[in-house]
Amino acid sequence: MSVNLTLLTVMGALYACGIYLILERSLTRVLLGLMLLANATNLLILATGGYAGLAPLYNKATGAHEYADPLPQALILTSIVISFAVTAFMLGIIYRTWVLARQDEIQDDIEDLRVAETPRFDAEDDTPIPAETSEFPLTMLGGDGSTVSDHPTAADGPDEAGSVTAGAKEISARDAAAEEQPGSQNVTPGPEGGVK
Amino acid sequence: MNMASFAPLAVVLPILGAALAFLLIRHSRAQRAVSIGVLSLTLLLECLLLASVWDGGTAAVNIGGWLPPWGITMVVDQFSSLMLVVSSAISLAVLVYATGQGMADGDRDAPVSIFHPTYLILVAGVSNAFLSGDLFNLYVGFEILLTASYVLMTLGGTGPRIRAGVTYVVVSVVSSVLFLISIAMVYGATGTVNMADLAVKLADLDEGTRTLLHVMLLVAFGIKAAVFPLSFWLPDSYPTAPAPVTAVFAGLLTKVGVYAMVRTETLLFPGDSLDTPLMVAALLTMVVGILGALAQSDIKRLLSFTLVSHIGYMVFGLAMSSVAGLGAAVFYVAHHITIQTSLFLVTGLIERRGGSSSVDRLAGLAKLSPILALLFFIPAMNLAGIPPFSGFLGKVGLIQAGIELGTPLAYALVIGGVVTSLLTLLAVARVWNRAFWRKPSDAEHPDPVLRAEPEDSDTGSRAGRKNVTLLPRTMVGSTLGLVVLGVSLTVFAGPLFTVSDQAAHEMLDRSAYIQAVLGEDTDVPPLALKNGGGK
Repeated sequence: MSVNLTLLTVMGALYACGIYLILERSLTRVLLGLMLLANATNLLILATGGYAGLAPLYNKATGAHEYADPLPQALILTSIVISFAVTAFMLGIIYRTWVLARQDEIQDDIEDLRVAETPRFDAEDDTPIPAETSEFPLTMLGGDGSTVSDHPTAADGPDEAGSVTAGAKEISARDAAAEEQPGSQNVTPGPEGGVK
Repeated sequence: MNMASFAPLAVVLPILGAALAFLLIRHSRAQRAVSIGVLSLTLLLECLLLASVWDGGTAAVNIGGWLPPWGITMVVDQFSSLMLVVSSAISLAVLVYATGQGMADGDRDAPVSIFHPTYLILVAGVSNAFLSGDLFNLYVGFEILLTASYVLMTLGGTGPRIRAGVTYVVVSVVSSVLFLISIAMVYGATGTVNMADLAVKLADLDEGTRTLLHVMLLVAFGIKAAVFPLSFWLPDSYPTAPAPVTAVFAGLLTKVGVYAMVRTETLLFPGDSLDTPLMVAALLTMVVGILGALAQSDIKRLLSFTLVSHIGYMVFGLAMSSVAGLGAAVFYVAHHITIQTSLFLVTGLIERRGGSSSVDRLAGLAKLSPILALLFFIPAMNLAGIPPFSGFLGKVGLIQAGIELGTPLAYALVIGGVVTSLLTLLAVARVWNRAFWRKPSDAEHPDPVLRAEPEDSDTGSRAGRKNVTLLPRTMVGSTLGLVVLGVSLTVFAGPLFTVSDQAAHEMLDRSAYIQAVLGEDTDVPPLALKNGGGK
C-alpha cells in the first residue's frame, strides 16, 4: 500500500487544527473544528484505499491492478453528506444561541452549578430528629409533630463546633442548641439558625 | 420465502412513514394516525422476525443482491431481533404518550408537527443500527438516529434546550468522527468493513494493531453508551428535552451504544484482551453514576444519573465474556430499556400534575394522585432491584455470573453492583418520600398547584391557559402500558432468560453469524468458550 505524503501531511495538519479548535469555548470555532476533523477523516479514508488508479467499471479492458479502490470513495461520499447535514444543523443552533443569549459561547449548566453550590446540610435529610412528614401520621408518635424542631440547630451546621461562645461564657454546642428556642435570651439565632 | 428477507422493512417502513407524515404536516390528526399505524406495523413485523429467527436461526439479507463482503448486509440474529422488538414496543408507547401530550396541549407550545417525521426517522436509525451487518452501515444507522435526535433534543428551540443541545451535538459528532476514523483504520488494516468478514480477518492481524482498533471502537461506542469517563455529557443534556423525547433517548440511544459494544466484544474482538479495563470502567460507571444521582434534586437529572450508573451493569455482564454473564447482560438491557423509559414518562406526568420536577417543590402527590404514585413506585422499585421484579432477576443473574468467574475484580464488581443497587433504592426512595409521601405543608417551596382545591385537580392554568388536562388518559394509559410491560418481564423472566442465554451462546460461538453471512463452508477461527459454553 503506497501512501501519498502530501495528503498525509495535510491530514495531520487538519487534525491538529481541528482538535485545537474544538477545545475552544466559542461555538463557531468549535463548528470549524468539527468540519476540519470530518475532512481530515475523509482524507484518512482516502489514504486507506491505497494507490491512485484508473476509474473502475468504466472500461472493461482495465486490469484489476490498475483500478483505484472504489469503496473508500463511496464511504467518503456518504460521510461528506452526513457532515454537511450536521454542519447545517449546527449553524442553525449557533444562530439560535446568538438570538437567545447574544453570545457565541458554550454556556454553563445552571442546574449543575446549583447542585454544586448546595450546602452539605439538608434540612430534611440531616435533621437529627426525624420529622414526621407522612400524609398518614402515626398517632403513637404524637402525630402533631410537636417534638420536631423546624430550626436546624447549631450542631447541624457544616462547621460543627464543640463549644460556642454565648455572651461572655463558653457553653457546649449541645446546650447552646437546647437554649436556642423561641424565647431564649442567651443566644441570637443567625439566619440559618446557627450562632454567628 | 423466508420471513427474515423482510428484515429491511424494519428500516424502510419508518422512513416511508416519516415521508408520509412530513407530507401531512398540516393535518395533525392524519399525521398521528400514520405514525402510530406505521410503528404498529413495524412492531408486528419485528415480532414475526423474532419468531422466525427463533425457529430458523440467524439469517442474512444482501441488499440489492450484492454478495458479502462487497454489498450491504443485514443480519437478523436472536440478539438483534430481541432488541428490535423491545425498542419498537418502547417507541410505540412513547409515541402514544407524545400524541396524548400534543392533543392535550395543542400545537402552539412547540412545533409538534415536525415531531412525528423526526421520531419515525429516529426509529429507522435505531433499527438500522441493530440490523446492520457491516461497520459502515452501523455508522450510517448511528448518524440517522443521531441527526434525528439533534432535532428532537432542541425541539422548540428554547434557551435551555439549545444550551443542552450544543453539548449533545458536539459530543455526538466527536464520537462519530472517532467511529469513522476507526472504520478507516479497520479498512486500511483488513480491506473490508463487513463484520462477519472482519471476524475472520481481524484474527490474522498482529496484536498491537488489533488492540489499537479495539480500543478505538470501544471509545467511540463508549461515548454513545455513556460509560463512565465518557458519560458526563448525558446528565447535562437529556433532562432539558421534552418528557417523551427524554424517555425514548434514555431507553434507546445509550442501548444502541451498548449493542455496538457487545458486537465489538463478541464478534470482532473475541477473547478477553480488554476485559479487565472494561470491568474497571463498569465498576466506576456504576458507583460514580449513582453517587451523582444522590446529589440531584431534579427527578429528571436524578434518573439520568441512574441511567449512566445502570449502563455499568450491562458493561459488567459484557466484560465477563461468559455465556452466563452475557446472557444476564442481554436480559438486563431488555429490562432496563423498559423500566428507564417508563420512569421518564412518569416523571413527565409528575411534572404536569405537580408543576415541577424538582423534589424540593413537590409534595403529597400520593394523596393527590394515587395512580401516579403507583406508576412511579413499581418501576422505581424495579429499577432498584427489589424482589421479585425483573431488575432483581437481572442483577442476580449478573452477580451469579460474577461469582462463577471468581476473579478478585469480579468479586469487586459483585460488591459494587450490590452497593449500586442499594444506593439506587436510596435515590428513588428519596424522591418517593419527598414528592409523594410528605405533606405539602412540610415542603420548603411547594408548587401552588399542590395546594389547589380538589375540584381544580384535573385542570390547571399551566402555561397561562385555563383548562389544561393535567393527566390525559392517553398519557396515563401509555405509561401504564409500559409499567405493565415491565411487570410482565418479571412474569415471563424464565422464557426471556432462555432467549437471552441462547442469544449470548450464539454470539460467543460466532459460527452461526459468520456462516449466515459468508456461506456455510466458511472456516470460523477457533475460540475458547468459557464455562463449558452452556448453562
